[in-house]
Amino acid sequence: MSFHLLLFLAFGAVCAGGAINLLAQRHPINSALSLIAVMAALSGEYLLLGAEFVAAVQVIVYAGAIMVLFVFVIMLLNAGEEEETKGSRVAILFGVPGILIGGVLMAWVVLRHSGTIAVGIGALPGPPTDIAQLLFHDFLLPFEVTSVLILIAIMGAVVLASKPELPAGKVD
Amino acid sequence: MVPLSYYLLLSGFLFACGVIGFLIKRNIITIFMSIELMLNGVNLSFVAFAAQWHALSGQVFVFFVMVVAAAEAAVGLAIIISVYRTRETLNVDQVNLLKL
Repeated sequence: MSFHLLLFLAFGAVCAGGAINLLAQRHPINSALSLIAVMAALSGEYLLLGAEFVAAVQVIVYAGAIMVLFVFVIMLLNAGEEEETKGSRVAILFGVPGILIGGVLMAWVVLRHSGTIAVGIGALPGPPTDIAQLLFHDFLLPFEVTSVLILIAIMGAVVLASKPELPAGKVD
Repeated sequence: MVPLSYYLLLSGFLFACGVIGFLIKRNIITIFMSIELMLNGVNLSFVAFAAQWHALSGQVFVFFVMVVAAAEAAVGLAIIISVYRTRETLNVDQVNLLKL
């Protein structure tokens, strides 16, 4: 067993465990923390695949910025334990066996019908300079469009989260 | 040396966990986190295919997915805050009216 495979299995185990823990926990803050673990382990997987830039962005943007936002909102809203309802029990009853069958089918297909071409460390493209070349030449228009998207998202978030104005004449 | 199919299996597993969470969770914030988990699973398969075919555009796509996820998280959490403000609950079963 090569060192690369060992690292893949270690990070993959953290990913899978975190994802299962996200489902098992009843309190949203615990789910958020296990999601952060999943994202950190995923950035390790990206490093194994030779994607240093994506790994760094994963830690900074996903595990850093987005999850901090989640944790802030959980604390702001003082979210407590979720209660079980009839709908969620039905979903467990039918959903979990369905997902299991689908997962086994998918694993069978992927393992059966894929060449076992392996990916080695260092044999990969992906230095940030090449990505910058792509991002600012071939994908320049999508890049600029995403900046507009971010601007719209900022305005939408501000409008949605701001306190609704009271109707005229009404005293709070 | 790790075969591509292992990465795809891990990616599929993460996506499936996200789907399960989306279906069985009743807290709106946890449902939102399940969506993020699905996006992460998709990102992993993007990067794995990019490495497989030596095509860097896969990594650029991951970058775009992350940007969209960040925008989505900002807007979605703002919506969650405003839902909580009007309904005083985070349980999706009790959020069943479009208008109060």
